[in-house]
Amino acid sequence: MFVLPLLAFVSVSFVLPIFDMLFRSVDNPVVSTYLPKTIEQLTLWKGKELPKEEVFETLARELLIAKKNRTIGKVAARLNFETSGMRSAINKTVRKIKKYKGNRYKQALIKFDKRWGETNTWETIKRIGDRYTGVQYLAALDLKMGPEGKIIPQPEDRQIYVKIFLRTLWISLVVTLTCLLLAFPVSYLLATLPLRISNILMVMVLLPFWTSLLVRTTSWIVLLQRNGVVNDIIVWLGIIDDGSRIQMVYNQTGTLVAMTQILLPFMILPLYSVMKTISPSYMKAARSLGASPLRAFVRVYVPQTVPGIGAGCLLVFILSIGYYITPALVGGQSGQLISNFIAYHMKSSLNWGLAAALGTILLFAVLSLYWLYNKIVGIDNMKLG
Amino acid sequence: MKLPIKSSAVIFSLLTFGAGSALAADALTVVSWGGAYTKSQLEAYHKPYTAKFGTKIQSEDYNGGLAEVRAQVESGKVTWDVIDVEVSDAVRGCDDGLFETISSKSLPKGANGVTAEKDFIPGALTECAVGSIVWSTIYAYDADKYSGSKPTSLNDFFDVKKFPGKRGLRKGAKVNLEWALMADGVSHNEVYKVLETKAGQDRAFAKLSSIKDHVLWWEAGAQPPQMLADGEVVMTSAYNGRIFNAAVQEKKNFEIVWDKQLFDFDLFAIIKGTPRLNEAKRFVGFATATEQLANQASWISYGPTRKSSIKLISTHATSGVKMMPHMPTAPNNFKTAVLANAEFWADNGDELNERFNSWLAK
Repeated sequence: MFVLPLLAFVSVSFVLPIFDMLFRSVDNPVVSTYLPKTIEQLTLWKGKELPKEEVFETLARELLIAKKNRTIGKVAARLNFETSGMRSAINKTVRKIKKYKGNRYKQALIKFDKRWGETNTWETIKRIGDRYTGVQYLAALDLKMGPEGKIIPQPEDRQIYVKIFLRTLWISLVVTLTCLLLAFPVSYLLATLPLRISNILMVMVLLPFWTSLLVRTTSWIVLLQRNGVVNDIIVWLGIIDDGSRIQMVYNQTGTLVAMTQILLPFMILPLYSVMKTISPSYMKAARSLGASPLRAFVRVYVPQTVPGIGAGCLLVFILSIGYYITPALVGGQSGQLISNFIAYHMKSSLNWGLAAALGTILLFAVLSLYWLYNKIVGIDNMKLG
Repeated sequence: MKLPIKSSAVIFSLLTFGAGSALAADALTVVSWGGAYTKSQLEAYHKPYTAKFGTKIQSEDYNGGLAEVRAQVESGKVTWDVIDVEVSDAVRGCDDGLFETISSKSLPKGANGVTAEKDFIPGALTECAVGSIVWSTIYAYDADKYSGSKPTSLNDFFDVKKFPGKRGLRKGAKVNLEWALMADGVSHNEVYKVLETKAGQDRAFAKLSSIKDHVLWWEAGAQPPQMLADGEVVMTSAYNGRIFNAAVQEKKNFEIVWDKQLFDFDLFAIIKGTPRLNEAKRFVGFATATEQLANQASWISYGPTRKSSIKLISTHATSGVKMMPHMPTAPNNFKTAVLANAEFWADNGDELNERFNSWLAK
C-alpha cells in the first residue's frame, strides 16, 4: 500500500522512459507516415531499374501535400541522415513541382534533381519506409545497408562508435582499478584507526563527496592545465623547463584523473562498511597459527572484503560507463566517452533514433556485465554499505 | 507511444505549477545564449519593452540546438515563446514545423521609412525568423605574448613554425573546414563550391590534420577568452563579441585578426503553438526595430542587421569605447569576410560532423 507512490514514481520517471528509448531506437515513422502511397508502390519495385512513371507522380503529389502541412522538413531531415544532400534535393524539387504544369513526372523530377534518376535514391526511400527498422543499430555499430540489402561497414572516415564504445569500457576499467588501489588502504585505515582519528579522515573523504561535481571537475582544470598549479610546481622545482610543460588536461589523462577522484568515495564507502565488520581477532588467530603478516592479510583479511570490493567495483564501473560532464569538460579530443556522443545526437544533430540505439546498446552492455558479475561473484554477496 | 513523454511532461508541469504559474500567466519567455549577450538584450530590448507595454519578460538561457524546442512542440507543452537561434537552426526549425512563420510585412519600417524587406541585410530575414545581430567567428591572440611579429592573416593561424604554440578551435566541422580550405589557398568566394566535393573535403581535413596536434578544442563560447587568459593557447578561434568583452571590460590585451572572418546571423523565432503568439510577435517586431538594434550595439560588439541602424551606432555603454571599429561589418574588417552558408551546413552538416568526430577520435 505505502509502496504505491514510489512505484508510480519509478514507473513514470524510470521504467517508461526506458521503454520509450527502446521503442524510439527501432521506431521509424517519418517516411511511412508522410509518404505512405509512395512506399506502398515501391514495395512492388524490384530495384533493377528506375521505378515506373506512376511512382514518380505519387511521390510528387505526396511531397506537395507534405509541403502544405509543413511536414516536408521531417521527411527531408530523415532522408538526409541517410544520404547527405537529400534535404536540399527535396526542397528544390518541391519548389519546382509547385510550378510544374505537365504530367510527365519522371522526366521532370530527374530534370529538377539528378538524384531522382539514380536507383540508389529510391532504394534508400524504400528501405527507410519501413515503420520499424534496425538501421539505427547498424549505424551505432559503424555498419550500414549496402546495395541489395547486404550489411557492409561504413566508409573508414565515418567509423567511430565501436571505437568509442571500446574506449568507454577501457577508461571505466582503468578508473575502477585505480579507485580500488587507492581506496583499499584508505578504507583499511578508516576501519582500523581509533575512532577519533578515523572520524577526521571520514570527513576528508565525505567533504569532496558532498561538493558539486562541476566544482570538482573545474578545480582539476585549474590544477592540471599548462599554466596550472601542478605544472608550475614541476617547473619551479626545475624538473622540466618552462617551454616543455606537460599536457595533463583536455586529453585522456585529464578524464582519468578527474573521474578517479570524483568516483573514489563510491569505492571507499562500501569497502569501509565491510571492513568495519571484520573482527581483528581473525588476523590475530592467523598470526598465532604461524602465518606471516602478508600471508595472513592475503589469505584471511582480503577474502573477507570481497563483498565490498565487488560492490565498489560494480558501482564505480557502472557510474563511469555513463559519465558525461567530466569527460565533456576535461576530455579534449581523446577523452570523450560514448555518453558525449549520445548527447551530441540528442542536442545537435537531432538524430534521436541513433541516440536511442546508442543508449540501448550501453544499457544492455551494463546489464550483461551485471549478469556476468552475478554469475561469478553472486549478487547476494554484495554489500553496498 | 508518445505517452511517456507526454505524461512525464504533464507531471513535471504539475510539479512546477505552483512555482511557475504566477509568472507564466502573463510574462513572455525569451530564450537566449546567456552571458554578456543576454545582458545586451536585456538592456536594449527587454527593459524598454516592459517599460512601453507593461509585459514582464522572463529571460532563460540555453546552449543552442533545437532539442528542447522539439521536445516542447512534440509534447504540446510550450513554455518558451521567443528564441534566439542561429541561421541553420532557423531554417531547419522552420522546415520541421517548430516555428511560427513571421511575415516581413508585419515588421516595422526603418527609421528612414524604408520597408523592412529592404532595410534588413540580405539573408537576415527568413520565413520563420527575423535577424537581430551579425556576429562573426574570428581568431584572436594575446598581444602581450608577442614581442616581434604578430599574426595578421588566417595563414598565420595554420603556420605552427612561424607562430609556435597551442591553438584553440571550436569542436565541430563548421568554420574549421572553411578556414582549412582558405588557408590551403582556396579563394574566399569559392570555399563552399570546393567544400561540396569529396576532394575538397579531403583537402580540408588534410590541412586540419597538419595542425591537429597543436589544437585544444572548445565547446562553449565563454571558453576561448578564458583559454587565452590562462595561457593555455597562444591563439584561438572565438566569437568576436566575447573577445571584445574580455578586451574592454577585463582590460586584456587581446587582438582580433579579422582576415577571412566567417560571419553569421542570430535571429528571433517564435515557438510553434505558444499561447502568447500575439505578444511574441509584438516583441519580435519591437526588438528588431531600428532604434533597439542600434542600442544593442552599444552593449556588445555585434552588428545590427538593419542598414538604418548602422548610422546610429555610438559608443560602448559603460566604457565609452567607439563601437563601429569593433563591428564585424566595419569596412576595414569586412574585406575578406565569408557568410557562413546555412544551406550548405543544413545539407552536409550531419555527414561532415560525423566525419569530423571520427577524424578527431583517431
